[in-house]
Amino acid sequence: MRLDYPSNIKIIRVPCTGKVDVMHLLRAIQKGADGVYAVGCLEGACHYNEGNLRARERVNHVRRLLEEIGIEGDRVRMYNLSSGEGPTFAAYAREMAENIKALGPNPLKQH
Amino acid sequence: MKSESNLEKVLSAGHFAFTGELGPPRGANAEEVRKKAAFLKGNVDAVNITDNQTAVVRMSSWAASLILIQEGLEPNFQMVCRDRNRLAMQSDILGASTHGIKNMLCLSGDHQSFGDHPMAKSVFDIDSIQLIGMVKQMRDEGIFLSGNKLDEAPKMFIGAAANPFAEPYEWRVLRLAKKIAAGADFIQTQCIYNMDRFREFMKRAVDMGLTEKCYILAGVTPLKSVGMAKYMAGSVPGMDVPDELIERVKGAGKGKAAEEGIKIAVEQIQEFKEMEGVAGVHLMAIEWEHRVPEIAKMAGVLPRPVV
Amino acid sequence: MIVAKRKPFDEIKDFLKDYKKVLTAGCGTCVAVCLAGGEKEVAVLNAELDMARRLDDNPIELGAITIERQCDREYLEALDSMVGDYDAVLSLACGAGIQFLAERYPEKPVFPGVDTTFIGVNQDVGWYEERCRSCSSCVLGLTAGICPVTMCAKGLYNGPCGGTNKGSCEISKDQPCAWYMIYERLSKQNRLDNILKITPVQDWQNQKPRTVIQPGYKTSENSAEK
Ligand code: SF4
Ligand code: SF4
Repeated sequence: MRLDYPSNIKIIRVPCTGKVDVMHLLRAIQKGADGVYAVGCLEGACHYNEGNLRARERVNHVRRLLEEIGIEGDRVRMYNLSSGEGPTFAAYAREMAENIKALGPNPLKQH
Repeated sequence: MKSESNLEKVLSAGHFAFTGELGPPRGANAEEVRKKAAFLKGNVDAVNITDNQTAVVRMSSWAASLILIQEGLEPNFQMVCRDRNRLAMQSDILGASTHGIKNMLCLSGDHQSFGDHPMAKSVFDIDSIQLIGMVKQMRDEGIFLSGNKLDEAPKMFIGAAANPFAEPYEWRVLRLAKKIAAGADFIQTQCIYNMDRFREFMKRAVDMGLTEKCYILAGVTPLKSVGMAKYMAGSVPGMDVPDELIERVKGAGKGKAAEEGIKIAVEQIQEFKEMEGVAGVHLMAIEWEHRVPEIAKMAGVLPRPVV
Repeated sequence: MIVAKRKPFDEIKDFLKDYKKVLTAGCGTCVAVCLAGGEKEVAVLNAELDMARRLDDNPIELGAITIERQCDREYLEALDSMVGDYDAVLSLACGAGIQFLAERYPEKPVFPGVDTTFIGVNQDVGWYEERCRSCSSCVLGLTAGICPVTMCAKGLYNGPCGGTNKGSCEISKDQPCAWYMIYERLSKQNRLDNILKITPVQDWQNQKPRTVIQPGYKTSENSAEK
């Protein structure tokens, strides 16, 4: 299946969103990404019990950290879907891209 | 006599004691103290003066006690462990005694988080049972907590509080015994609403011989309204208000709740007069001092004995 | 272990506003376990500081090191060769570690990156609870292993107070009453005798700085000061 999602998104595969660390998300923004989002399994359907719940906590934490330093927290998001939901994946990607477009470029780039 | 206080004399002469309560004002307002005291004068044997009650700053307990003495009433000086360390406590006890204060009620004190300075640092250098022991040691042995001799012992009639209702129930009488062993001469209980439980408590106290060693005054607070009854039942820690009682106040109808509350209080006092081991009643009519004369009259505790 | 919380970011940022080159020093023991001041927290804080200072057009150069224990000279030594290169040090160790570090480099401004909070236990990852106030005269033997100094809101030695509320403390329904628990546990162990006796007043020993010299470790140096 060919999915139609924005080409300016770089996908990094991880075994479970539970593996996504605060530093991974933070570093993406620090290095100039305009936004970063984690896509995990549906809540309650984590293969590793609650990896995706922990991921959401971390995403929320990073959002707070960014707000603290004056960067929009909404540049970081968490989405959930079940495996094989290609169209939903693409839809979330477009939604995230729209969100970032509205926020504008990473403010760090001007500094 | 340990203290020669009026309260001690009334109790030791075998009379049924009747004590009241007065909360000092939130300001340097002596008039307010006098006004409240006037309602109590002649109707009670002694008046408890609360010490920063519910951890809200008020005129100091010993200072308001002195106004009572000027007005011809006998204060029962309350002291909590929350606000003073052992140095401040002992000096206040000496000071209070020099000015003619002869009764003291030793309490832990409500936690500061309830009050108007919730972020204050509390003291709790010693606890209420240790405070009882300290006052007794000062009075009977003439020594400070440090063991050093003091010059002229403070003659205090030592009181303590008891809560017959908090769980674990089995512990309540044991704790009472602990306070008596520490040196309490009299006990004023938490407000009583659950009469069944209180009867049980008293029975155990009598069986253990505690009422031989110490005078127990039953705490009474008239319910002013349905709202107050519910608040007492739901929000005041350690309070036990049975549903039937709330229903009874409710059932009195609009505008009649207060009268019903007073009626209940009067019935309670009358039962306490007959109850084995109960040496008196402590009436806590919070911000209702003006109703004390009629309650005393209806309960048949007037005139107060002159001893 | 000693449990700490990261300080609010603005407070840390304000400490460092006049410095261009700062070393963030983590500690690999207690504060690392409680997720406040270990290697990872150093990295996160540095990333935050870096971004915040760039946004302010006041870039900062940040170093990072996490040593085994800042409360121990043996490990602190690792910083000796680095500290000279920085204008200031931001330590994420507990208050003791921070002080030991500051004492070692008296010329160097040293700032705390955490608020040291308590001696506690690990209930679950990221969830800690206080258990001891290091009073210097432990009464756990009397109180069935439940600390009245820490777990009772009034630190009573002869509890419970009149506010005990169906097993909760008067301060909150969510806070168990320490004395209720003490009673229950002693009662199950048939040891209520312990608390029928009056516990006398405490000789408070935590009112001035304390020193411990373990038996067999006295030297002319450490005992001369006492
Ligand atoms: S009594 Fe409590 S504060 Fe004191 S040492 Fe024991 S656990 Fe710590
Ligand atoms: S309710 Fe229990 S824990 Fe709370 S202050 Fe009283 S005795 Fe201590």
